[in-house]
Amino acid sequence: MPSICCYFQVHQPFRLRHYTYFDIGARHDYEDEAKNRDILRKVAAKCYLPANRLLLDLLRRHEGRFRVSFSISGVALDQFERYHPETLESFRQLAETGHVEFLNETYHHSLAFLYSRREFLDQVKLHRARIRQLFGQNATAFRNTELIYNNDVARVAEELGYRVILAEGADRILGWRSPNFLYQPAGCVKIKLLLKNYRLSDDIAFRFSNRDWPEYPLTADKFARWIHQINASGEVINLFMDYETFGEHQWEDTGIFEFLRVLPSALMQHPDFRFETPSQVARQYSPMAQLDVPRFVSWADVERDLTAWIGNDMQNDAIRSLYALEKDARRRANAALLPVWRSLQTSDHFYYMCTKWFADGDVHKYFNPYASPYDAYVNYMNILTDFARRLRPSGGGPHDSA
Amino acid sequence: MKVLMLGWEFPPFISGGLGTACYGLTRGLTQRGVEVLFVLPRVRDPQRRSHVRILSAAQTPIPHRREAAERALPRMRRLHIRTVNALLRPYMDDLEYARTLVEIEKRLPPADDAAATVLDISGEYGRNLMAEVTRYSLAVEQIALAETFDIIHAHDWMTVPAAIRAQAVTGKPFVFHVHAVEFDRSGENINPDVYAIEKLGMESAARVIAVSYYTRNRILSRYGIAPDKVTVAHNAVSRQHAEEVYHLERKKTGKTVLFLGRITFQKGPDYFVEAAARVLKKMPDVTFVMAGTGDMLTRMITRVAQLRIGRQFHFTGFLHGADVERMYAQSDLYVMPSVSEPFGISPLEAMLYDVPVIVSKHSGVSEVLTHALKVDFWDVQEIANKILAALNYPALTREMMRNARRELRALHWEAVADRIIALYQSLLG
Repeated sequence: MPSICCYFQVHQPFRLRHYTYFDIGARHDYEDEAKNRDILRKVAAKCYLPANRLLLDLLRRHEGRFRVSFSISGVALDQFERYHPETLESFRQLAETGHVEFLNETYHHSLAFLYSRREFLDQVKLHRARIRQLFGQNATAFRNTELIYNNDVARVAEELGYRVILAEGADRILGWRSPNFLYQPAGCVKIKLLLKNYRLSDDIAFRFSNRDWPEYPLTADKFARWIHQINASGEVINLFMDYETFGEHQWEDTGIFEFLRVLPSALMQHPDFRFETPSQVARQYSPMAQLDVPRFVSWADVERDLTAWIGNDMQNDAIRSLYALEKDARRRANAALLPVWRSLQTSDHFYYMCTKWFADGDVHKYFNPYASPYDAYVNYMNILTDFARRLRPSGGGPHDSA
Repeated sequence: MKVLMLGWEFPPFISGGLGTACYGLTRGLTQRGVEVLFVLPRVRDPQRRSHVRILSAAQTPIPHRREAAERALPRMRRLHIRTVNALLRPYMDDLEYARTLVEIEKRLPPADDAAATVLDISGEYGRNLMAEVTRYSLAVEQIALAETFDIIHAHDWMTVPAAIRAQAVTGKPFVFHVHAVEFDRSGENINPDVYAIEKLGMESAARVIAVSYYTRNRILSRYGIAPDKVTVAHNAVSRQHAEEVYHLERKKTGKTVLFLGRITFQKGPDYFVEAAARVLKKMPDVTFVMAGTGDMLTRMITRVAQLRIGRQFHFTGFLHGADVERMYAQSDLYVMPSVSEPFGISPLEAMLYDVPVIVSKHSGVSEVLTHALKVDFWDVQEIANKILAALNYPALTREMMRNARRELRALHWEAVADRIIALYQSLLG
């Protein structure tokens, strides 16, 4: 009886305003509110609202036989609340069906795990509280930002009490093994590991509308056939993707919503298959084997590593400069500035500085509000210089020369 | 395949962008087996071995006796041949023509009657550029009749009458290579004669080559040329002398920001000055250098004085060969704030010296450069912002240069030559 486990990631960063060297010391508003509001409303109209409406309908119609899970970053929730409460309300309605699981992650969609354990724990706690407050769930499933994962992430998640953790089913960590089973992270005893089936997930997320793809057009029946073929050779098929796939990455005119509408029925035509959420899957199956992942994996780019965020000098300089401010940001006198420090941690800021354009350039460009990674870095460093001065009014910023 | 190539600049004869491009292109073509006969108004150094056979239009009547003829030329004649030919650069108006005439005379080896020479020459030679253009075209016509070749390749407007004549007497197809148009040089205040010649060239040519999409767009919109007639071939960069200077050291006290180019409307020197003033408010120890000369020089000097930044802002005048290289090597940042730059090869040269660059978005070179900072030339505040960032955040320039080195390697003239050879072949059937 294989399970189908759908997890959708919902995230919108707070984009930064154009901030020049001359703004340092002169103004301290860093966010581009107009742009954030416009983008959020646009994505809500194209994706969140229609997709939620569709899912609500499916969840009700299938009466518990269809289930999905979400991880919604804290910064996305903040923006829903601020710019589009209707979206937040529609997610609440999904929660009320009782068939939707909400995961935990770092509140600010940050890379804190790599730079500050204390900050990581704080942000997970913040997110946990927020999910409880909004959706009434005590999360038992965890995913780290961008599915960044290794043995240590699993161990820390286990210590925090999570029962299951999600990661990319990268070839590099799986080798000959299949992603369609549960694994036990090396060094852990209770927590279980779910791995994304990237081929099937990316068939929807990336290839759905690609006319050069031999399988184009992808129909729900065809996709269901591929899943049904797994029958005896797997226990869980993990379809993990950005929620923005529906209507934003794949536009409505590609037929993505129609695909989603008929997919549950197509999959459940085979009596052995059912939908379950990560925590349900974890309760149900035992790990097939232990999986040792000493090095970090993520779900980004072909490399599936950390180079999309910390692959070059600029990214490393920016992020290290940021975390070097932790002690100052935590001083009681700076209580008002701690949230600002946190908002500067969102991984997208570093993603925009990525220069490995030659292989993965298209995806990076699509999501980048800057004309070039150099512009992204310049803007970020100007802001960080100003922020550092505010934390230490007597001292200088990290690159202050004046 | 043999090409009759018509141009006005060729190293070491001059060191402008057009000459650099012609040099690189002919190198690429000859390395791909194409024979190039380059007709220059005059070759300053006939002893120099080159990969192309260079004919001097000035000695057309007796090309086979060139060196003997040169030596035999009376002092007076020799001088005026040089001057005439040195003057015919595509970026000069008549006023500058006269001024440069005097300048060049000063630099020539001392003659017994130097003072008299200047006067004689200005009196004897064509009073304006158009007369020189016609003279050149007549000489080319004679060469075209005497030589055999398959195709005519003309660079910029001044060679257009020559190319049309050569085409008329031989029936060979003519390719017009556009490195700049009149709107680049003069903004909206164009010289109608030059515009007419450019348009004539584009219309008479079998194909037009533009050095960038930026230039192609102008050829289509301003000259009404059919899109399928205009091909883009971006310039490349020769790194032949780059390695020699890599070891030159940058001075360690304070940072140097360089503008190098003609100080004319087209190059946007005024935006550089305004940006410098803003930068100096934040970093008073930065040195700004404006290298070059042109009709806006005095205005720039006046403006620098007015802004009270003269102590940190230097004018070098026109730089030659080794001085150019030294200037690049001593700079921490190169800025090209051009108002209109059909291509703009100098940022590539700066990068060969490991100097990071800020380039105007209104340039052809920005189409081929990914690893550069890009600005709108009119956004002085943003230019200053980027200068400050480049000088203050070392990771920025480190990352840019690391990637730029890889990018530069792909910009070689053989690739350009291949593109152009394919174009020749399509014309020859």
